[in-house]
Amino acid sequence: MYKLWKSTVKELLLLSRDFGGLLVLFIMPLALIITITLIQDSSFKQLNNAKIPILLVDLDQGSVAQQIMQNFDAANSYELLTELHNQPLSETTARDAVLAGDYQMAIVIPPQLSSDLERKVSQNVNQILSEFGLEEESVVMETFQAKEIKLYFDPALQLAFKNGVMSGINQMIAKIESKYIYEAFQEELATDEDQANPLLAEENFVRFVEIDPLEGKREAIPNSTQHNVPAWTLFAIFFIVIPLSINMVKEKNQGTFVRLRTNPVSYLTVLGGKTLTYLCVSFIQFLLMLAVGVYLLPMFGLPALAIGPNFLTLCLVAIFAGLAAVGFGLLLGTLASTPEQSAPFGATAVVILAAIGGVWVPVFMMPKFMQTLSNISPMNWGLEAFYDVFLRQAGLLEVLPEIALLFLFFIVTLTLSVVFDKKRSLV
Amino acid sequence: MENPIIHIDNVFKKYPDAEQFAVQDLSLKISKGEIYGLLGPNGAGKTTLISMLCGLLKPNNGTIRLNGHTYRENASTIKQMIGVVPQEYALYPMLTAVENLQYFGAMYGLKGGNLKNKIREELAFLGLEKFAHKKIKTFSGGMKRRVNLIAGILHAPTILFLDEPTVGVDVQSKNVIIEHLKNLNQRGTTIIYTSHHLIEAEDFCTHLSILDHGKIITSGSPSTLINQMPEASNLEEVFISLTGTALRDHV
Repeated sequence: MYKLWKSTVKELLLLSRDFGGLLVLFIMPLALIITITLIQDSSFKQLNNAKIPILLVDLDQGSVAQQIMQNFDAANSYELLTELHNQPLSETTARDAVLAGDYQMAIVIPPQLSSDLERKVSQNVNQILSEFGLEEESVVMETFQAKEIKLYFDPALQLAFKNGVMSGINQMIAKIESKYIYEAFQEELATDEDQANPLLAEENFVRFVEIDPLEGKREAIPNSTQHNVPAWTLFAIFFIVIPLSINMVKEKNQGTFVRLRTNPVSYLTVLGGKTLTYLCVSFIQFLLMLAVGVYLLPMFGLPALAIGPNFLTLCLVAIFAGLAAVGFGLLLGTLASTPEQSAPFGATAVVILAAIGGVWVPVFMMPKFMQTLSNISPMNWGLEAFYDVFLRQAGLLEVLPEIALLFLFFIVTLTLSVVFDKKRSLV
Repeated sequence: MENPIIHIDNVFKKYPDAEQFAVQDLSLKISKGEIYGLLGPNGAGKTTLISMLCGLLKPNNGTIRLNGHTYRENASTIKQMIGVVPQEYALYPMLTAVENLQYFGAMYGLKGGNLKNKIREELAFLGLEKFAHKKIKTFSGGMKRRVNLIAGILHAPTILFLDEPTVGVDVQSKNVIIEHLKNLNQRGTTIIYTSHHLIEAEDFCTHLSILDHGKIITSGSPSTLINQMPEASNLEEVFISLTGTALRDHV
């Protein structure tokens, strides 16, 4: 115990003398969390001053184009441009501007879209009515070519954004078509009085209403802060792998590890000192992140982090996530023999673990294979536990399985470190 | 030799990727209280032998007994009994001399006032008391070498292994180190020492072996070895005549 205590004191002293290292350990995660939350919050909130410019080439000049423009305006996230350098847009100039990356997308509305759509809908309605014997004259069938609204996307545009916009436009077109159909029926069937007081409601009959499963019990409303602070806190906690493994590689290069191997102290005790020290660091990181979420983020106009009633459970999750991260760092430090091996590998491994763990993309959106893989990522266990406490109001019992897995990961990595060291020392 | 403190019996060592044995069929007995020099050109097997004696390497074959114990049977007893002064400055540059020594002393179970007094005494003896609270990274090579030595002797080891303890230091530092080691030996510590300084070894060692190609090619007291070769007037000439003048670059 005395040797473990002295090893811990030595590690704390070494860490306290490395000002640059401390800065990286504490300031960088804070910078990360502020930056990511600001970026994600602005994209969630769709701030007025961050409207996305979209080029619109209107070859129709009819009511459909007018309605598309009104819908984009109503969305309040886009700025439609019909001119470029004071010149009306053509399809070619719009396409070139998008390909050059100057604009994210362009919409080309084909000529006669409004008139053809109107005629097509009217013809279909008349045909239906004549089949029911409501139309006296027989309908003369005219053939219409399908109309294409062309969308040009910047190749560098993220797929999620592209899919979102395409889905929005599809909905918009479907709504416009429905409206035309309603209007055509109304025109054929309604009396003059009805025409003056439209029968057909403009609003959708079926609407979505979100019901909060925790209504009445919820302390924290899900928002960018509630999502980002736990995710990036975990990411920062795992980044401890890098300084820890570098610390161990340094000791090997300094010769102090060799001296320690001739001393009557076990490798486990040496690792124990590092574990306690870096666990303290990760816990301080966690508290700092919480403080940033609660006090600093609101200063940037972001929602404040609501910690909820289970602060102690949160602390436990943070401690066990820290243990898992330290275990991984110890294993990497044991295996690596140069900082050039440990630093890039550590950084890449943490990023991969974060990606698999669902820090960037939710696990349910991943391919099946990756979803299975995410079950073995300690970052996924930690993140799920954090979300359970932060967003689902879970208590200690509910997060016990994740905590147990994180602890098991620590035990496995620590055991592997001791086994590898023993194997190496018996050369 | 009755009850040698170090008993090496038919030891072989070959590194995994090497074609030749670093140490082959080496047997040696060292008595308690000796200052025993292991000399030899680069690649002769000195560091490999001393690493096996310190428990850093495991022989492929043969046995090593330190004070009757083997590493396999009782590694912790041996580790408590030995002191090691490696060739590199095995110290934490960002810690002060005292902090380094407190840590390494604690690893031998030394604590409290006893440890503090021991550190103070050793630093004073080696002329470092003024720099006790300065970081190691600010020390000169000679100062680091002296702290490196103290870290290996704080617990008054029964056997002390020194791998080139005076390499790269000025004459003043070297004299202080050698003087201190002689004192330690007089207090009962058996010293095993490797060096390329043959004049220093001739003066310092009570007994020595010259190794080449992983084998002992001669052993005896410095004066015996010199007297065995009528044409040699000192240990360096004995060494050259036994190991030749060819360069021994070794990878």
